[in-house]
Amino acid sequence: MTQAPVLDVKELRTSFISSDGEIPAVDNISFAVNKGEILGIVGESGCGKSVTSLSIMKLIPQPPGKIVGGEILLNGEDLVPATEKRMRQIRGNDIAMIFQEPMTSLNPLFTIGNQLVEGIILHKKVSKKAAVKIGVEMLKLVGLPRAEQIMKEFPHQLSGGMRQRVMIAMALSCDPKLLIADEPTTALDVTIQAQILSLMKDLNKKLDTAIIMITHDLGVVAEVCQRVLVMYAGKVVEEASVSEIFKNPKHPYTIGLLQSVPDVREKKERLYSIPGNVPRPGTITTGCRFAARCDKVQERCLTEDPELYKQGDGHYVRCFLHASGGEI
Amino acid sequence: MAEVLLKVDNLKKYFPLTGGIFGKKIGDVKAVDDVSFYVNKGETLGLVGESGCGKSTTGRVLMRLLEPTAGTVEFDGKDLTKLKAEEMRQMRKEIQMVFQDPFASLNPRHTVEKILEEPLIVHGIKDKDERKRRVKEMLEVVGLNSYHAKRYPHQFSGGQRQRIGIARALMTKPKLIIADEPVSALDVSIQSQVLNLLEDLQKEFQLTYIFIAHDLGVVKHISDRVGVMYLGRLVEITESEKLYEKPLHPYTKALLASIPIPDPDLKQERELLKGDLPSPSDPPQGCAFHTRCGDCMEICKVTRPELVEVEPGHYAACHLYNK
Repeated sequence: MTQAPVLDVKELRTSFISSDGEIPAVDNISFAVNKGEILGIVGESGCGKSVTSLSIMKLIPQPPGKIVGGEILLNGEDLVPATEKRMRQIRGNDIAMIFQEPMTSLNPLFTIGNQLVEGIILHKKVSKKAAVKIGVEMLKLVGLPRAEQIMKEFPHQLSGGMRQRVMIAMALSCDPKLLIADEPTTALDVTIQAQILSLMKDLNKKLDTAIIMITHDLGVVAEVCQRVLVMYAGKVVEEASVSEIFKNPKHPYTIGLLQSVPDVREKKERLYSIPGNVPRPGTITTGCRFAARCDKVQERCLTEDPELYKQGDGHYVRCFLHASGGEI
Repeated sequence: MAEVLLKVDNLKKYFPLTGGIFGKKIGDVKAVDDVSFYVNKGETLGLVGESGCGKSTTGRVLMRLLEPTAGTVEFDGKDLTKLKAEEMRQMRKEIQMVFQDPFASLNPRHTVEKILEEPLIVHGIKDKDERKRRVKEMLEVVGLNSYHAKRYPHQFSGGQRQRIGIARALMTKPKLIIADEPVSALDVSIQSQVLNLLEDLQKEFQLTYIFIAHDLGVVKHISDRVGVMYLGRLVEITESEKLYEKPLHPYTKALLASIPIPDPDLKQERELLKGDLPSPSDPPQGCAFHTRCGDCMEICKVTRPELVEVEPGHYAACHLYNK
């Protein structure tokens, strides 16, 4: 890759301190997001995908959470030691975020215009009048009809899909280089989800904003992402391009995950299911995190930590079965 | 010909809308509006639709957890809507429900044993040892261990809790189980475990399911026949294979086209539905779907289409097929 990445996360570790000791929620993960790219992060609940995104924004409640190690390089600047003052400049301006629940992330007591303009005035240092103009343009950009009226309306007057559009308008209003979308369509109905996903793809092309798409839905990943990280119990278990992940998955967890999704195109007699439960963070400390549920487990998996092994162009797998491909 | 276990005719459930300082009734939310269908013995009927389409209300009205406004529900030859409260209570031995949220539907202060024993006490099994024995048996059946009986719900994971919810529904040996979004709160890998369990139990106990969900993939997997609902109305119902291969109603087509397919090569350009779901308190005149429909005709804005049999066993409510 000749292009310098927008965001380069190196060996990030985020832990939560509880009465049981330190619990690593994100355990040594590294990845990069290039300009204009859509990167997907998939995994089940508790795998650390949301903690990763909150760490990048430095929104981890502290205490009990703490970024214990690693670097988060945004255009070369390390965010881990950055002050709160600096972070306030970066949030919204350089990195913006949209959340799962569009109702709870908008303030019910203020109009849409009020909330939309606040960020623009703060970050762009423009007059209120100019900010309102930008706000209206943003609402039009995300495909909302009657943008001027919506500026004067309250969140409860809008539907879930419209609220999520407002959130996207708000996030993109200061031309961030990176947009983090944490399960942006999980709370929406399928027909609305399809609208929002196609909007996000359009905006990504139009504005060249890099997007990190955090989701548990493999269908969403196939739909919008170019590259995917699969996370399990705080670790990246596989990284590859979208077509590689779906055509040629290597890690037993990725394979199991893909097989356990009921597909609308064909009827399987019986669904494959991964035995056991998702481990609670911090309960497994030695060996491969997936060993207890893996059907290809070897003795080595229980005692040694596998590395990420390279499997070809941009394809990495954390599994001893593929160790011969050479380490990175 | 298969035997019909449950037959629902013209079922309606209206919730009153009140307004003004005296709380006068000013209208109705037609949550379920003139829905008719049947379920054969031993089959699984899936009900799908987006939020607010009335699929959960339908499930609750069948159990009479909500009183129907009009219509009949015939179960095993008896009209459930005419039963007195006590008779209905007895009847619930035959019809049980599994709920969506395995966290909210189990009492946190009761042990699993107590939770599972309660349906037996309610339905008059007095022998304590017999009850304990059946609890242990049932725990094994749903893939838990009999030593789990003394534990509390918080000691279980989401998937295990849903297994307890299923065990509770099975305690009275019902004929029909209404499962309202039983897997939507679970992770994908756990979801497939619970779906497989439901299928195994169906074979083992000859159960009939009404499976309510919004995930079209899940519904296709588990159902023999599927009904699609939109704004309180049933717009299409047929065998699951047919529905997914050759949907008739424009809404079903749009719904199927909206599902993200886990295959990156299939990035088909598809027609997206425009606009949002209209409010159920003020549904559009005529066909409820006409405001978002690509094939809307003049008649759709005025007359409400009836559910008609377009092909054998394939019913749709759309003027396109009303010849």
